[in-house]
Amino acid sequence: MNALVSPNALTGTLRPILSVRSVSRFYGERIGCADVSFDLWPGEVLGIVGESGSGKSTLLRCLSGIDRPDAGEVLFEATPGADFLEIFDLPEQDRRHLMRTAWGIVHQNPRDGLRMNVSAGGNVGERLMDRGDRHYGRIREAAADWLTRVEIEAARIDDQPRQFSGGMQQRLQIARVLVSNPRLVFMDEPTGGLDVSVQARLLDLLRVLVRDLGLAAIIVTHDLAVARLLTDRLMVMKDGRVVEAGLTDQVLDDPQHAYTQLLTSAVLAV
Amino acid sequence: MSDQPEMIRVEAVSKSFTLHNQGSVRLPVFRDVNFSVRAGEVLVLAGASGAGKSSLLRILYGNYLPSSGRIEIRHDGEMVDIASALPRTILEVRRRTLGFVSQFLRVIPRVSALDIVRDPLLARGLDPAEATERAGAMLARLNLPERLWTLAPATFSGGEQQRVNIARSFVDPSPVMLIDEPTASLDARNRDVVVELIAEARSHGSAIVGIFHDETVRERVATRWLDITNFRAAADAA
Repeated sequence: MNALVSPNALTGTLRPILSVRSVSRFYGERIGCADVSFDLWPGEVLGIVGESGSGKSTLLRCLSGIDRPDAGEVLFEATPGADFLEIFDLPEQDRRHLMRTAWGIVHQNPRDGLRMNVSAGGNVGERLMDRGDRHYGRIREAAADWLTRVEIEAARIDDQPRQFSGGMQQRLQIARVLVSNPRLVFMDEPTGGLDVSVQARLLDLLRVLVRDLGLAAIIVTHDLAVARLLTDRLMVMKDGRVVEAGLTDQVLDDPQHAYTQLLTSAVLAV
Repeated sequence: MSDQPEMIRVEAVSKSFTLHNQGSVRLPVFRDVNFSVRAGEVLVLAGASGAGKSSLLRILYGNYLPSSGRIEIRHDGEMVDIASALPRTILEVRRRTLGFVSQFLRVIPRVSALDIVRDPLLARGLDPAEATERAGAMLARLNLPERLWTLAPATFSGGEQQRVNIARSFVDPSPVMLIDEPTASLDARNRDVVVELIAEARSHGSAIVGIFHDETVRERVATRWLDITNFRAAADAA
């Protein structure tokens, strides 16, 4: 069971921040993901687990506005109390703006989320400029503050990401995503490709940030230990469909579906 | 005690496990369990190993799903059915009402013993300085040497980890507490502290359900008993 109970899932909130209705995406005859529906509430962290090819990354690309689903709706509350937006009904330009401001996307490979030839401070500050901030001193100050929060020395603010280790690049990407104070963050295998010791540090950092900021987040991972540490709820996917969903520790400790039982019994201890 | 409110109400709860990848064998555990626990009571679960005591405790916490039945927990004055509640509701009930004390600490890399104990206080909105002070007092009471407080418990002994876990659970006792073998690897002195902590939580109005292997501990804390063997489910074909 979870040792630390997340304080975030506040029941007082009246409605979800994201409402996903019957989302499907096909690659020709092949199913990418089929008929996925769920609501995500403010402060909730949802994990999507399954093996490679299960459709979890396809689903994430649809939810985060990267790929248009073939059917279904993704409704998002951009600011508290605002009307839901159907993100794929928005003009391309508005959707891109939303993705850079109200949302954050943490890619598995930091190179997909960073500008490698721009300084660390520039990578973080760029997001504030997207939001309309123009005061150079304040932007630099906020960038330095975020570098410290993700445990990168502020003295390295002018270094380029290529001079950083893989773990540092990933932490820089997280700073770049969180600096604009998004309402919703998507993470695709955020600890994939990192050494175990580097993973542990990143996981702890993510755990604390998610908790302190009260973020809503959707995390795709094949690592059940990561899911247990970071998420409140889980969806288990197989062949493009959700086969089981529920409270994270319940799904992992008392799995009901044959496939989830296979997944949880295939690891030594989570 | 009958003037105290019912904090837990268990109605017709049954549990069986179906192992889909092992020939879909179905393992019945118990059937039609009914009981309630009022504030200020300690219900001790009895029954042979394998009778389903731990499974029942986990069902009360929402960690296992019952095959049927209702598990109502009083939360903010209302009964919430843990068996059918949304995940976010269960997490909120756990945050403020429902605590689970296991014999094992789930160690999180880089998080110190003091922070582990402080965490539930912070989650309930306590001032950080006061939270630190109360967490330290609880660790001291459980005789954890102060030099260990700022270290992550990964390298601690089993008994030390267990005491960190107990400190975390009793630093601010929940209105409903589920306790699974809290004294399993403790010496007599620390076992006595745990018995005191349970008695104090009870006198503050916590409703407690527990499993205790140690007979003397069991005798000292129990106000009522439930023998889970009475609800044994007949083995049947899948």
